[in-house]
Amino acid sequence: MTPTLAGRMQSRLALLGTVGVVWTALIGLAVPRPEGAETSAIYKALFTALLIVAVAGIVWELVYHALQQYRWEKDWPTLFGLIVAVPEGTMVWILLKNQIPWDAGPVQASTFLTMFITLWLLIWAITNGPLQIVALRWRYRGGRFLGGWG
Amino acid sequence: MSVTQGDVSRQLVDSSVWSDQDLANHGIPVYDMPFVSVGGGIGSFAMVDTLRIAGITTDQIRVISDLERPSQTYEYLASNSQIRSGHRLRSDSSSTVDCIWGWPGYALREAWGKKTPGVAVQVLLEPVAADYYTPKAGQVYESLNREAARIRWNQMVVPGIVRHVRRRDRGDYFVLSTPPAGSAATKRIAFRSRFIHMAVGYPGVRFLDDLQAYRKEHNDFQRVVNAYEPHDHVYAEMRRRPCTVLVRGAGIVASRVLQRLIDDRDQHGAQTTIVHLFRNYPAGPQGDKATFRRPAAKGWAYQGFNFPKAAWGGQIRDHLESLEGDARRDFIDAIGGTNTAPRKHWREQLDRGEAQGFYLQGRGEVQSVIPIPDTRQIRTVVGGTTGLPTTEYDADFIIDATGLEANIEDHRVVMDLLRHVGAGKNVKGRLDVERDFRVRNADNGEGRIFASGSMTLGGYYAGVDSFLGLQYAALRIHDNLVDAGFGQRIGPGRSTSQWWKWARNTGI
Ligand SMILES: Cc1cc2nc3c(=O)[nH]c(=O)nc-3n(C[C@H](O)[C@H](O)[C@H](O)COP(=O)(O)OP(=O)(O)OC[C@H]3O[C@@H](n4cnc5c(N)ncnc54)[C@H](O)[C@@H]3O)c2cc1C
Repeated sequence: MTPTLAGRMQSRLALLGTVGVVWTALIGLAVPRPEGAETSAIYKALFTALLIVAVAGIVWELVYHALQQYRWEKDWPTLFGLIVAVPEGTMVWILLKNQIPWDAGPVQASTFLTMFITLWLLIWAITNGPLQIVALRWRYRGGRFLGGWG
Repeated sequence: MSVTQGDVSRQLVDSSVWSDQDLANHGIPVYDMPFVSVGGGIGSFAMVDTLRIAGITTDQIRVISDLERPSQTYEYLASNSQIRSGHRLRSDSSSTVDCIWGWPGYALREAWGKKTPGVAVQVLLEPVAADYYTPKAGQVYESLNREAARIRWNQMVVPGIVRHVRRRDRGDYFVLSTPPAGSAATKRIAFRSRFIHMAVGYPGVRFLDDLQAYRKEHNDFQRVVNAYEPHDHVYAEMRRRPCTVLVRGAGIVASRVLQRLIDDRDQHGAQTTIVHLFRNYPAGPQGDKATFRRPAAKGWAYQGFNFPKAAWGGQIRDHLESLEGDARRDFIDAIGGTNTAPRKHWREQLDRGEAQGFYLQGRGEVQSVIPIPDTRQIRTVVGGTTGLPTTEYDADFIIDATGLEANIEDHRVVMDLLRHVGAGKNVKGRLDVERDFRVRNADNGEGRIFASGSMTLGGYYAGVDSFLGLQYAALRIHDNLVDAGFGQRIGPGRSTSQWWKWARNTGI
């Protein structure tokens, strides 16, 4: 991929806001959960995690964009899109555990990891091709949906 | 009036604006056709594919061409430069000429179809932990033919060579074509069209001046060859007897030619010695900033494709769109120029050749190329630029792998556009087009002319001469045409439904 900064932000928010929301809703039914945990509590934790991925992601994208400047091709290799899941996931987990932005209730690692890893893989796979079926111009615009060609 | 019926007259050729009456007086049949693409190569194909997907029917499009299939000229040039159908070419997995969506890419299709999961892993790791995946030529041709059949390409092709594109006095244009002898009742036919698309490819093979002069003077077309013309006899002879060959150029074609030479050593016992001559010799990374530095080593500048990846659709595309004049030219030169792909296999071969002494590098400006009396060899004298001594290299063959581009004025129809339609040249001396590939100063009433391909290099997009660039141009032109009421915008709904048809190979 060859994202621009605006393209990075737009793609992240658009995909988390659509695929992310739907997937979190679905996976919430299947994640491992502690004995007797309320469905609503699970969803509170998972959607909080989703929100962190979106909001903290804005900062991450700034970092990625800065790193990308040191690449001659100004590209972002497919592999990087997978690897960065590790620092991002770690940070989301730390924030959740520290009740940032709020207390999302007691959430166990397996619950969070199931949601986070499946969601990450899903969005990564979609942005590496199938998205272009719906958004034909997206790949030429560096990942932007808005703003036309300009 | 003393005109040959069915042909042009001097007077007509000299007048920039034609009327319906002019053509009637000349007895030239005129066909109304909203959209005409001139060329019929890959650029025309990308354009027509996009228009057909946008809902334009076959009876509204004509492609004027001397080709039997869109990839024909490409196949010819690629094959000469040693890319045969089983070899891998130079664009990435998602530069799918047969599929405007770019997905699934060639790698996934190859992995699936040939049951070779390794190539799918390669695209996953590229370019960090593996070379860029590039598709095999045969796969590209096959899928292109399939798509051509699906969109009924043949129904739109009119065999012929376009001679002139002229403004019509009441808006729109005439496209004057010469059909193959005997295929039409008249020597010329004309189309009256609102939208013209020019995709005529390369004007011709360009030789280095000194080699051109040598060939002419000594009438020697066997030992001094260009990599883009048929030259298999050179490899054949080098397999028969030990020879020295001098290769000029440091681009991707030079890389491929060197590979062929060394493969012949490795696999067929050839005893070839290779002298590789560089005019510019980057010994280390190019560029003065950490954020603008191209890897280079041992004379080669390295990047995956002919421009950095983001030139096709990222930061570099955006930046270039914002540049004008000299700044644009300089930037295109800085990200383009002579470069090749850093393929492991190539590097390994050259390192081995260097160590074993069968691959030697030379550098400097060529001063003269002369036959050596009483031998069949040719001497190249290289001048001592920047303190290097003058050196002579004697070789049995010289392969010029430096380039293909020529002056756009060498192309008759393009010249006609400059002289009679009002089109101009851009900062690199090519045809001046807008960001959406509309030829500047060429509108006529509602009529518009567009151009894509190598003749537009120097405009606001760098990768014009590539599969993906041709598809990009087609999409931009499509968007422009939608504004003019021609075709339906390929938005998310149409895009998805049309992709589904593509995936199922449903004819449209
Ligand atoms: C050796 C080689 C390898 C390449 N490899 C790659 C690659 O791997 N990936 C990639 O993305 N790009 C590659 N390219 C670049 C580019 O994609 C191709 O050259 C592509 O074929 C360009 O398409 P085109 O339509 O501009 O020209 P062409 O495909 O050459 O078609 C133009 C056609 O117009 C015809 N024509 C010209 N004048 C007239 C006229 N007056 N009337 C009628 N017809 C006319 C010509 O006969 C020609 O057949 C390569 C180029 C070369 C030379």
